[in-house]
Order: sequence, then C-alpha cells, then structure tokens
Amino acid sequence: MAMFSQNPTMNGPNYSFSDTPRTKAPEGAREHRFDPYTDNGGSTLAIAGADFTIMAGDTRLTSGYNINSRYHPKVFKIGGTTSDQHDATIALSVVGFAADGEALKERLDAICKMYRYRHGKPMSVKACAQRLSTILYQKRFFPYYAYAILGGLDEEGKGAVYSYDPVGSYEREQCRAGGAAASLIMPFLDNQVNFKNQYIPGSGEGHALQERERKPLSRQEVETLVKDAFDGAVERHIEVGDGLQMMIITKDGIQEVTMPLKKD
Amino acid sequence: MPGFDFSNYNRNAALHARGVPLPKATSTGTTIVGCIYDGGVVIAADTRATSGPIVADKNCEKLHYISPNIWCAGAGTAADTEFTTALISSQLELHSLSTGRKPRVVTCMTLLKQHLFRYQGHIGAYLVVAGVDPTGTHLFTVHAHGSTDKLPYVTMGSGSLAAMSVFETQWRPKLTQEDAVKLCSDAILAGIFNDLGSGSNVDVAVITSEKTTLKRNYIKPNERTQKLKSYKFARGTTNVLNEKIIRKEDLGNFVTVEEISVAGPGDQMEVDA
Amino acid sequence: MDHRPQAWGRPRDDVYGAYDHSYLQQSGPKTATQSPVVTGTSVVAIKFKEGVVIAADNLASYGSLARFTDVKRLRTFLGTSVVGFGGDVSDMQWLDRHLKELAIDEAYDQEPTAESAEAAAKEGLNAANLYKYLQKLMYKRRNDFDPLWNQILIAGLDEDDKPFLASVDLRGTSFTSPSLATGFGAMLAQPIMRLHAATEEDAAKLTREQAVEVVKECMKVLYYRDARSLDRYSIAVVTKEGIDLKEDEQLEKQSWAFAERIKGYGTQTV
Repeated sequence: MAMFSQNPTMNGPNYSFSDTPRTKAPEGAREHRFDPYTDNGGSTLAIAGADFTIMAGDTRLTSGYNINSRYHPKVFKIGGTTSDQHDATIALSVVGFAADGEALKERLDAICKMYRYRHGKPMSVKACAQRLSTILYQKRFFPYYAYAILGGLDEEGKGAVYSYDPVGSYEREQCRAGGAAASLIMPFLDNQVNFKNQYIPGSGEGHALQERERKPLSRQEVETLVKDAFDGAVERHIEVGDGLQMMIITKDGIQEVTMPLKKD
Repeated sequence: MPGFDFSNYNRNAALHARGVPLPKATSTGTTIVGCIYDGGVVIAADTRATSGPIVADKNCEKLHYISPNIWCAGAGTAADTEFTTALISSQLELHSLSTGRKPRVVTCMTLLKQHLFRYQGHIGAYLVVAGVDPTGTHLFTVHAHGSTDKLPYVTMGSGSLAAMSVFETQWRPKLTQEDAVKLCSDAILAGIFNDLGSGSNVDVAVITSEKTTLKRNYIKPNERTQKLKSYKFARGTTNVLNEKIIRKEDLGNFVTVEEISVAGPGDQMEVDA
Repeated sequence: MDHRPQAWGRPRDDVYGAYDHSYLQQSGPKTATQSPVVTGTSVVAIKFKEGVVIAADNLASYGSLARFTDVKRLRTFLGTSVVGFGGDVSDMQWLDRHLKELAIDEAYDQEPTAESAEAAAKEGLNAANLYKYLQKLMYKRRNDFDPLWNQILIAGLDEDDKPFLASVDLRGTSFTSPSLATGFGAMLAQPIMRLHAATEEDAAKLTREQAVEVVKECMKVLYYRDARSLDRYSIAVVTKEGIDLKEDEQLEKQSWAFAERIKGYGTQTV
C-alpha cells in the first residue's frame, strides 16, 4: 500500500510538482540580480517670482565617467493641447534615473491632457501638483527614481514651485535645487533668494539685529542667479555641464532659453 | 622602524565591520600620457583632482619631479602618487651621489615597481615614467600592482581610453618635438572633454638630453566664467552675537610665548653651500 | 490504490518508488535571461549632412571566447531604418524577430499604391517612431525585471527627413546625440567622432565620404584596443535614397609595424 510505503515523504499528498519542499540553493551558488536603476547625473533648479516662475536644468546626461549626451533636456512643458506643447502652462523638471524621469513626465503629461479634454480647461498647478504626488506614491515599493520639481502660476497669478521626493512627499516652496549638485546650489539659494543669514547692518545689537526683509526678486535678478548658480555647480561637480536650459513661465506662456556651460 | 604605521589596524577593522565607511581619499581620476619623439620624450597631464563626484582641486599638478632628467605623471590616489614619487626621487638622488653617475630611467622604474609590488596594489599609484639618461630616451608605465610596460606612446588613468583614441589615430614614428607636444596635449584634451574624471588644464613636460621644460598650464581651455553679479555683502550683514578681543600683550595667558634671539655666528644651522 | 487527482496518470510510487524531485527544481527565483551569455561588443554611428553611418563588427563572444565570427549585428527595418545591437545575442535575435513581425503588421496597413517603396516608407514608421517603440519596449521589460540585455542604436531619418540617431539600453534609458557608440565604443570611438561632429551643426557639415571614413577609423581603433572585437564588420549608410548595407567588410590599412621595435617591458634591450 502506498500509504505505508517506506518512503517518508509519501505520508500525505506528495504528487504535485509545485508541492515540492523549497530547498535551499546549493552552496556557493550566487544569484546575479538585475539592477533596474542607474544615476544619470545632472542638476535642476526652480525659483518662483511675484508673477513668474523660472525652471532650469543642465543638459548633460552621464553614466559613470562617460557623457552619454551633451544635449538631453531635463525640463519639460506639461499638459498642452498638442505634442508641441505650445499652449502649456506648467513645466516639470526631473533628475535622477533618466528612464524613470521620462516615464514620469509622459504619465503626468497624458493625465493633464486627459483633464483638459474632459474639462475643457487646463489643469491648475495646485491640482497637477497633488496628482503628481499620487503618481509617485502609487509606485511606493518600486519607485520612480526621480527628483521632480513642478512649476507654474497659481490661481492668483503668483509664481508657484512644488518640489518632490521620489515617493511623493511634496511641498510648495519659493525655490528648490534638485539632483547631483543640489547640495551645492541650495545653500546659495537660501542666502540669495530667501536672504537667510543676512541682517540689516546697524539695525540693532546681537539678537536684536533685524533680518533682511524677504521680497520677491525680479525676473532679471532670478535669471542672473540661475546662471551664476549653474556656473558655480559646473566648477565643482563633474556630472554637471555642457548646456543650461531655462524655462520662464509667465501669464503669456512659457519661454525657453538655452545657453552654453563648460564642457569639461 | 621605517615604513607605514599599522597601529590603528585592529581598531579600523572593527569600525569597518560595524559599517563605518572608509574616509574618501582624493583621487586624480585622471588623464596622463607620454610619447617618445626623435630627441626626447614628452609627458602630459590634466589638472583635475576629484573626491567622488566633487572636484577637489581644479588646478593640481600631476607631473612629479624625480630627477632633473626624469619626470613622472601620476594617476590614482593623489597622496600615493605624491609620496611614492618623492620617496623614489630621494632614493635615486642618494644612489646617484653614491655611484657618482646620472640617475637612469630604468633604475627609477625598477625602484618604483619593486616598491609598489611589495604593497600588493594597496599603494594606488599609477605612473607614467619618462626621461633621458646616458643610455637614451625611455618611457614606461608602472601600475599599482607593480607591472610595467615599455611603449612608444602610453596613456593612463580614467581618461586613458579617450587619450589612446587620439594616439591610435594620429601617432606616427619619428615625430618632431612640436608634433609630440601637440599630440600629447590633444590626447589630454580628449580626456578633459570626454572623461568626467578629467578636466581643467593641460600640463606638459618636454625632456631632452640637455634640459627639461615644464610647461605648466600649457593649454587653458576651461577658464572660469565671470559671475554675472557681485556677491559682496555690506559690512554688518552677518550677525555678531558676542565679541572678545585678545591683545598681543595678553597672549601669554593662553599660550606659551618664547622670544627667540637672533642666532650668533656659531649658532647657525648647518646647510649646504 | 491512491485515487486522489494529483496521482492521476502518474507512475505508481509502490511500483516505481517516489519521484526524485531533484530532477525538476521549481523552487528559488527565476534565473532566465538575468545576465548576458553570448555577446556582441560596440556599435558606432555618426550623423552627416544627408543621413547616418552606422557600423558594428561581426563577432559574437562567449565570455572571452571568440565564439561566432559571422554574426550580423546591424538589422534593417522597413528599408528605411537600421538598428545596431550590442549586448546579448539571443535577446538581439528575439528583438529582430519581434521587429520583423512589426514590419509585416505595418505592411498590411499599407495601401498597395503604384508609388515607389520610398513613398510607402513615408507612410510607415520612421526611425524616430521606431526609437520610441523600442524605448517603451525596453523600459517595460526592465519594469518586469525581465530585461532585454542590449544597448541599441537606431539610425535613420525623422518625420522631416532629417538624419536621426538615438540610443536605448536595457533599462530603457534613451538619448540622442550627433554621434553615438555603445559599450567600449563609448570610451574609445566617441572621442574620435566628437572631434568631427561635436554639435548638430558640425554633423550637418560632414559629407557622406567623411562620415564613412570617421566610422572606419573608429572600427580600426576598436579592433586595436577592444579585446572582444573583430576586424570583419558590417557598415550601413542610411539616407533618403534608402539603405546601403555591407555585411562582410574587412578592416583596411592596419598598422602593426610598431611591434617590431618594442623590446620587453622593462630593462630588456634585446
């Protein structure tokens, strides 16, 4: 009788192949896993003004010590009626893993286009910002490895910048730097945009000294800061360089400017 | 005891096992090249030193003096190239004094490879050794593990392939000095613009039987761009929370101050004439 | 007798003994196509005034063994685009079959007009469309943790008949540039090509002859310095007029004369 066979594994159902006990992998066998992520370098930057927002990014795409491309834009117009995005009102910048950045941009663009089609009006930056957060969090356990910044004009026409971490935590800010040289650019921005650590000379003694008052910068001032910030980052970060792409969002639309950076 | 101090080895091994990472050494992720021509040899290097993805030094010197007629270009860990070349330079000087002969490039190369082999690659010095001695013109590469090579043109460092692509398309036998300098600097430029580990300027050294000419910053293709704005702060911008002034007279309260009188004629230090 | 359905149609254990499960391992993670086996090395390509030149050698390596020496790594698509493959050869052949099916599907939609093949091609997928398709495909496979282990160059013309050149890799990372090279070529050939075509404007000044010359020079340098390369190669020129593909070229004007002058590696002089 099979039931009383001398084979110990025979006491119980043991015919299905998928019922086989999970054995440990043989000693010394190593499992080579595919790493789905890489870092493609580069840096981005966004500053909100009183009635405009400037988004910027360098155009270098790297892998390791190699330059893949000297012109690979990181800032995109989002949610226009057509693929040329001539009537877009929102811009998105992405750094980190380029393929995830591209996928994220296309997801958000498609959603914004659907919204425009269904509602007959473009998405507000506030709504778009919330939606982007949801998209990122949906992939919480296989994240888009991308640092996104969303820029546009809010309901009152003021400049709006929203910054994100790869899994969807977000915040509206006055300015934000992202990517490889973020730690180099952000302190400069804190000081020059939000006037951190700046006091009004002679306004008091010690703790009574008054902080320099924050006031929105003009478009010309912001463009100057962006160029200088990137020139500084290029000097000290090897993954930043080649070109600077800038998008200036105003009520009249989005203007795009590119200029050269150092190529070494 | 001469050599390295290993007294922190056990402590560091314990720290490492607990997940404390090694401190990041400055590396010269570099492009260095060398090329023999009729009448001498040229070596060249870029001037970027990196620490991970950050540029540690924008204009460092990677061409090292060994003897008046022998020079070294160094890639790898900055400290290792610096100290290894200085050590061998010193040994070669003493050897030259003891034998009463001019130092030879093969001697330098052998000292380097034996030193590096002993340390089994832990001294991360990758060198291009070049020079002219009474036996002729020589060009070698020495790897950190102690292997050497002898070729008419050589490249090393992270930009070695970019530089080699220039040599493999443009090198030909019997170069003139001008052609050799042009070829080497073009090879370095290929490294500067195509390899992220290399950048900034081109340094060149031309060695002939008569003399060595060091052309520091021979080409400067990456001048710093002028900032559009002045970032000068008005005096008083920084908050001063408290202030304490120590006068020179009161310095003795904090440190030991000893006035040294000017040495008399018999008190002078012995120096070479 | 055991009547449970799991036992139906199986050899009886009391007669034949229990099945030895070590013959069929179903446990542990899936390991298929998680690393490349038979591989191709660099693909190089450069844009010129009217089109794109692309080349790859004919070697498929098995580790350090030069296993197959007549593998064609350039594939044409719809007679208008060329795809160059680096990386795993079995994945390349899968992609080749997949693209052939795609081409046939495309051809069915086409009206059989009396116009030339060129006109028909205009209706179909151009290189820019193919690039987008391959990018989505490669990115999908990486998301499924079942990557196609290739780096691919796509050469052809875009919707405005301008030269088009782009790259996609196993993670779906995609980019364009006036000149491109995969694998070893990214380090050895790209610096040479950038000397001739640093920008799109420079590339637009290159003639067909100049571009072919540059690519041949690159193939030579790669043969000198890439230990997994071969001196027999394929080269294709894509223009509005179509594709000129040569699949069995021999590297010319090689120079190994310097070898005679090299004596040893150190102190040897003879």
